[in-house]
Amino acid sequence: MVDLSVKLGEITLKNPIMTASGTFSSRENSQFIDINELGAVITKGVSNISWDGNPTPRIAETYGGMINAVGLQNDGVDSYIENELAFLNQFDTIKIANIAGRTIEEYCEVVEKLNTSSIDMMEINISCPNIKCGGIGFGTDALLASEITRHIKKIAKKPIIVKLTPNVTDITEIAKAVEAEGADVISLINTLLGMKIDVHKKKCVVANRMGGLSGPAIKPIAVRMVYQVRRAVNIPIIGLGGIMSGEDVAEFILAGADAVAIGTASLIDPTAPIRIKNEFIKYMNLYKFKNISELKNSFID
Amino acid sequence: MQYDGKILFNQEIAPNIFKMKIKCVLVAQNAQVGQFVNVYPKNKALLLPRPISLCEFTHDTITLLYAVVGTGTNEFSTYTTADTIKISKTLGKGFVPPNVQTHVLVGGGIGIAPLLALAQELSKQDTKIIAVLGYNDYPYMVDEFKNICNEVYISTDKGNSGFIGNVLDLIKMQHITGDYLYACGPKPMLKSLSIYCIEKNIPIQVSMEERMGCGYGACVGCNCKVNNNNQKVCKDGPVFLGSEVNW
Repeated sequence: MVDLSVKLGEITLKNPIMTASGTFSSRENSQFIDINELGAVITKGVSNISWDGNPTPRIAETYGGMINAVGLQNDGVDSYIENELAFLNQFDTIKIANIAGRTIEEYCEVVEKLNTSSIDMMEINISCPNIKCGGIGFGTDALLASEITRHIKKIAKKPIIVKLTPNVTDITEIAKAVEAEGADVISLINTLLGMKIDVHKKKCVVANRMGGLSGPAIKPIAVRMVYQVRRAVNIPIIGLGGIMSGEDVAEFILAGADAVAIGTASLIDPTAPIRIKNEFIKYMNLYKFKNISELKNSFID
Repeated sequence: MQYDGKILFNQEIAPNIFKMKIKCVLVAQNAQVGQFVNVYPKNKALLLPRPISLCEFTHDTITLLYAVVGTGTNEFSTYTTADTIKISKTLGKGFVPPNVQTHVLVGGGIGIAPLLALAQELSKQDTKIIAVLGYNDYPYMVDEFKNICNEVYISTDKGNSGFIGNVLDLIKMQHITGDYLYACGPKPMLKSLSIYCIEKNIPIQVSMEERMGCGYGACVGCNCKVNNNNQKVCKDGPVFLGSEVNW
């Protein structure tokens, strides 16, 4: 029997498979999969008050990927605690809230409210490319990334994950900056800023013009960045970006991830996280790995 | 969750417009008027399913009408009766026709598709069914509507057949009216029809057109404001009351 459990700081996950923020709605996804089978769930970005998101169309398909510009539409943290989190409480899995804001104060307001909730960890989204202020603005500047991490760590009563953007010159610089301010875990990568133009209509497909590119098209970039960040920091890493199969999970762990998140694959097929988990177990058995550390340590650099 | 459907029929019925009949009991048995299915291309580079509404259904088959507009629908158009196709269960909340005397069904382009299933459902009752079908150039599926509707009106933008202009102008010109309207088609058409219905005090159900990601309510890509609340077109719709949509 393979031991799939992994540790993210103080928190133990029964397996390294989690859902990626923005691709998982608890009630909707629970219609298709047994949430108890997941190591953790990371819910959609939540802000202090409700956000309307961007105008539609918000979605465009690209070769081996998709662009989204949802813009973090959500009902605000109070509604999140009352509805989504209350629903999630029935499941035996680690619950992680993804937190969005336009200013440090807005992020902190959400953190304060979630401090006393049943959330296990909080993921700070400083990497959303689809909002005008905040989000990615904090994730592309090492000083701002440090500052927001410091403020949040000061008040947070749960472990903090900082989610990084790939839209930077050197991601290790940002990773080191947030680790220095006490980030407990790093997750990477968020989406890459992209664009699609309809050549027949001669205009951008998404109303926001630009949006976040995800899916297998970006996987090699994500793997490279996990590899680089693993060598720059000591804290645990959640790796994500285009994971479609059990072998993709193994690839991220070999690159240095401690756990992984499934995003776009879930949108194509809501049962994907469970299928991918089962494929990953097969891979572990094929090479007779008894636990995740054995797999991780088998990487020949 | 994906199901294998067996293709019974897949033919071009007008330039770039295809009709595909699929046998799949597990999907067809739960079908409701105005719902859609996610259709999955085989090409792995095309990640997202194509949401296509049910044009007709029986206890073990569904019929889809689709326009070839890109790589995905182009792939579908090459399928033959030897092929199987991956589809989801039927999704979304469809039309809910009330018990009234005269029903007016207004379709624009490929949006006529779910109205045929609606007409078939309504024809089981003793009511009057009027169809107003608008096309860009070539009309299609007109005989299918004529077989079950009491009156069928046609308009085309380019004047190839019937009235030249849009469906609303046709409705006004012919003084077409009824107790209840249903519409599916491009957003501007749905909007102008809804405003017209509000003025005339006629209730209208509209099947919203929106670009979708997942089709089951996870990604929040296909948002629509209804009564000032954010609704998911794929899960809370696609059918909403035209008077409640924030146009």
